[in-house]
Amino acid sequence: MRRTCFAAWCLPLMLALGVAQAKPQRVVVLGGSVTEIVYDLGQGERLVAGDDSSIYPAAALKLPRVGYYRSVPVEGVVAMKPDLVLASENAGPPKALERLRALGIDLEVVSDSPSIESLYRRIEQIARELQAPEEGEKLIAQVRREVQAAQALPSTPRRALVLLNRTGPMMAAGGDTAANAVLRLAGLENVLASQKGYKPISAEGLATLQPDMIIISAASAKAAGGIDKVKAGAGIAATPAARENRILAMDDLLILGLGPRVGLAIEQLKAAAK
Amino acid sequence: MRLLSDSGKLAPQPVLTVLTCCLAVAALAATASGAVFIPWTSMPGLLWGDVPPGDALLHNILIEIRLPRVLFSAVTGAALAVAGVTMQALFRNPLAEPGLVGITLGAALGAVFAIVMTSGGFLVVATAAFLGSLAATFLAYAVGSRYRGAAGLLLAGIAINTVAASGIGILTYLASDVQLRDLTFWNLGSLAGADWRTLVWLGPWTMLLLIYLCRQWRVLNALLLGEREAAHLGFALPSVRRRLIVAIALLVGPLVAVTGGIGFVGLVVPHLVRMLLGAHHRYLMPASVVAGALTLTLADWLSRVMVSPAELPIGLVTSLVGGPFFFWLLLRGRSASMQGG
Repeated sequence: MRRTCFAAWCLPLMLALGVAQAKPQRVVVLGGSVTEIVYDLGQGERLVAGDDSSIYPAAALKLPRVGYYRSVPVEGVVAMKPDLVLASENAGPPKALERLRALGIDLEVVSDSPSIESLYRRIEQIARELQAPEEGEKLIAQVRREVQAAQALPSTPRRALVLLNRTGPMMAAGGDTAANAVLRLAGLENVLASQKGYKPISAEGLATLQPDMIIISAASAKAAGGIDKVKAGAGIAATPAARENRILAMDDLLILGLGPRVGLAIEQLKAAAK
Repeated sequence: MRLLSDSGKLAPQPVLTVLTCCLAVAALAATASGAVFIPWTSMPGLLWGDVPPGDALLHNILIEIRLPRVLFSAVTGAALAVAGVTMQALFRNPLAEPGLVGITLGAALGAVFAIVMTSGGFLVVATAAFLGSLAATFLAYAVGSRYRGAAGLLLAGIAINTVAASGIGILTYLASDVQLRDLTFWNLGSLAGADWRTLVWLGPWTMLLLIYLCRQWRVLNALLLGEREAAHLGFALPSVRRRLIVAIALLVGPLVAVTGGIGFVGLVVPHLVRMLLGAHHRYLMPASVVAGALTLTLADWLSRVMVSPAELPIGLVTSLVGGPFFFWLLLRGRSASMQGG
């Protein structure tokens, strides 16, 4: 009798301890900005699936895909038998996430907005969920160091414009985008700060805005036929940026997302703004 | 039992029986398979028996996710097919279907408007989608009836679809990032939103309207002869037309609000059934209910298993698989005319 009682007390306790201590080993990530940090924390081998936006680093491309993180398939995620799902706060639809939770899946939503505070919070949350707090602190310290170093560099205030071309008209980054946040960190002013999100911009609009500096994503520059073609493009040719040769092609994720490499992004922008 | 009816088409009862059996098999297969593997042998236990704690997850997936989704796709497919048959008879036009004349996009415009302009929940969005589909149907009808033949309706459909698409475009431009996420869904169509709550509301609602429309087979048959002939046969056409149009909008609008635009089913399923059975609406309507349910159940099943664990948009599957199949049937040269047998 005594023994059974002891076992009855012990079992839940052991289970609780076991659950608390077992590191999640089958992790599904939803959102490229989350995936990048998991790899930066050195925890990439614990991932069993990612989503279509998980394209960095190269190892993430080899993960099985469960679709796009904004239309998450419930069964698809469950089929990967995850013991942890790390979802960007932009993942959805909300109903799918609700249902994953209802099925007993451990789902953690992490901060993912275009600000540097959100980046730090994201790293901290992911490190906590992966039970790798030391790596998290190390990464945050490293990013902070890099950002401080980059911000200490002399900056040249310029009126800048960020362009993006996804098979169609040029799109320009507005005030609530990650690109805008990166510009501000580099001491630059976004000429379209009053615009919301990414919107198409016309050749005339480009000429009217008269930016001193144009940043175009590398993939867009390539699609347009190289930086020289961009420079000679309608509208762009008439800007101070083209005249003073201040057009920069920048890695897509560096300028369009605010990830752990933000220090490098600031450095590149400052160098080009001189 | 005769296999061929007088008109040279297949006899209706055996065809209905076979279709119903196919639907049952397809529904079973769709329930039994998906991204998560559930062995056949454990199905009955999961459905009716005591669920061992280890299988709670499988039980939940089966009951809470797959079953409502399969049922909802069957209901939606039936509704789209019957809407197609009814419109084809009503407009006396083999091209009529909810998508072509703008009902689907009208509903989408209503829904998108509600998403962007209000922050209302499902009921607001569904009501707006219904109003949009109703407005589009009436417009299509008003313009279409001013011209003889297919031209008027087709032009009306093009105009309505253009207006609705540009309206959606403008609203998309105005939408915030969060709202945009809700909007993308409308362009693709998906049955992933199906759950018991929507099914409990929309299932009986759809059934009632399906029964109502199936009972209208006499007037639909009469319309095949011509509008004047139908009137001479004693049908009060203006009021019948209005009733049918409202019924179609009531049928399709709320479903589209949940699933987004799913094309193709409403156009092709009626034609396939007509090739088999001829154009007697007494049999054409119930056969379309079953065939529509069968088609969408299969399509949704394919969309779930083809690229598992990811999912294909259902609209892609219906047109990708159904389109070439329809082509093949047409090339075989069998008559798919409105008059059928």
